Amino acid sequence: MRKVAIINYGMTKVDKHWKKSLRELFGDAAKAALKDARVPGLDALIVGNMCASDLSDQNNIGALLADYLGITPILAYRVEAACGSGAAAILAAYSAVASGMNDIVMTGGVEKLSDGVGGNTTLALGKAADADYELFFGSSFVSLNALIMNHYMHTYNTPRESFADFAVLMHKNGARNPYAQLPFEISRETVMNSDRIADPITLFDCAPVGDGAAALILCPLEDAPKYSDSFVEIGGIAGATDTINVASRADLLSLNSTIVAADRAYKMAKVTPADVDVAEVHDTFTITGALSIEDLGFCEKGKFAKLLAERAFEPGGVVVVNPSGGLKSRGHPVGATGAYQVAEVAMQLLGKAERMQVSDAEVGLTQNIGGSGSSSFVSILRRVK
Amino acid sequence: MMSVPRYWREIPRRTRFEGTKCKKCGHVIYPPRGRCDRCGSDEFTSYKLPERGKILSFSVVRSPPRGFEKLAPFLLGIVELEDGTRVTSQITDAGPRDISIGMPVEAVFRKISEDGDAGIIQYALKFRPVFR
Repeated sequence: MRKVAIINYGMTKVDKHWKKSLRELFGDAAKAALKDARVPGLDALIVGNMCASDLSDQNNIGALLADYLGITPILAYRVEAACGSGAAAILAAYSAVASGMNDIVMTGGVEKLSDGVGGNTTLALGKAADADYELFFGSSFVSLNALIMNHYMHTYNTPRESFADFAVLMHKNGARNPYAQLPFEISRETVMNSDRIADPITLFDCAPVGDGAAALILCPLEDAPKYSDSFVEIGGIAGATDTINVASRADLLSLNSTIVAADRAYKMAKVTPADVDVAEVHDTFTITGALSIEDLGFCEKGKFAKLLAERAFEPGGVVVVNPSGGLKSRGHPVGATGAYQVAEVAMQLLGKAERMQVSDAEVGLTQNIGGSGSSSFVSILRRVK
Repeated sequence: MMSVPRYWREIPRRTRFEGTKCKKCGHVIYPPRGRCDRCGSDEFTSYKLPERGKILSFSVVRSPPRGFEKLAPFLLGIVELEDGTRVTSQITDAGPRDISIGMPVEAVFRKISEDGDAGIIQYALKFRPVFR
């Protein structure tokens, strides 16, 4: 297997991009990624997307985007793993480059959630769950996570305020991110007093609905200096699954797919959680952020609230979590989120994160979830000296 | 809209509460899998799930998905049955203040939703508190 580098990236602000279509949105990210890369051409385009068939009446995203970018007849296809689609696409692109199948691959994700009308967006996002045994009974993406959060609070006797405090931290970080959908600070009361969606989850426990696209260019590490002056190495990358039904899990409070994917990615990169300087983790809901941080090995099970209060997830703590603001504040254009995370961590390792910059970050981690933990993808990026 | 065959084929599982039991290792699986996740066997016998259990977690759903507007706010729960099998369904015949984690519940046959004026009416099991 060849070592793989990310030689450039581009992303749009996460927002409700009323004037832009799915193809135009990805086009903006792709053009930004190609801007400073001195690549002779692309061999493949592998892109993540979840909801285009539901909300934009569009499948065959690979051909659509290759055509829009004027790069036909290259190999192009879409990868789908619900909200984990972006990272799943990057894993596929990594495999293509590492194996020698392709040399220069564009990957990333695009999502156009604002094209959904009425309840279509909620229904489309819900399809990450088991249609016949979860959605049938009136559950949704939010209420399934509310079941997990209520069980967590009951099991570990965690005050509801602790989850609000995580949202506050995410917004504090996101306020410094020019790409964030909700770049403003909030208070604990904002979360506690916001609309109740599915108890105990309120509106400000949830990532917002938005559009976005992020693109990355991958190539063999040994070729990277030819094409770019600033690149990072993908030291480890892995994916794993869990039961599609939340109820079927032996422990509702463990994201086993994250535990397994992280273990593989850490071993592949020969690092431990203690080596990670900066992490972009998947916090669709505040409870998802808590479980993710615990299952990535940054914190003992059930101790999330205690460490949060001790500022363990801020500069000077155990690990800097979501300097981008995470899904909560940067936003969650579902099939693109995993690509945003990787671009953001690459930006950190290259020292280009400006007001979000974590000082002297050498090793970074991303964790992207599909569904309520049924798919997880973890990657470890490394600064190249 | 849900097609009639798609609704009909799940009747044994959703309304008769039939799971499967692995012939080789005895593992009970619901909803059924094609292969046993414990031993890998693909031979099963039909297994009737117990109709009593306790609430493992619940949520008061205030912002319902399409098709469940008339019901909101309603209670969604994960129930751990007497044999340890866990299922997702609604908690019924009770309000948010009447229930708690650990409370005993029993299955009841109820309407889940209807597909507009012309579609099929969908039924399955919900759970209601057992007040002793």
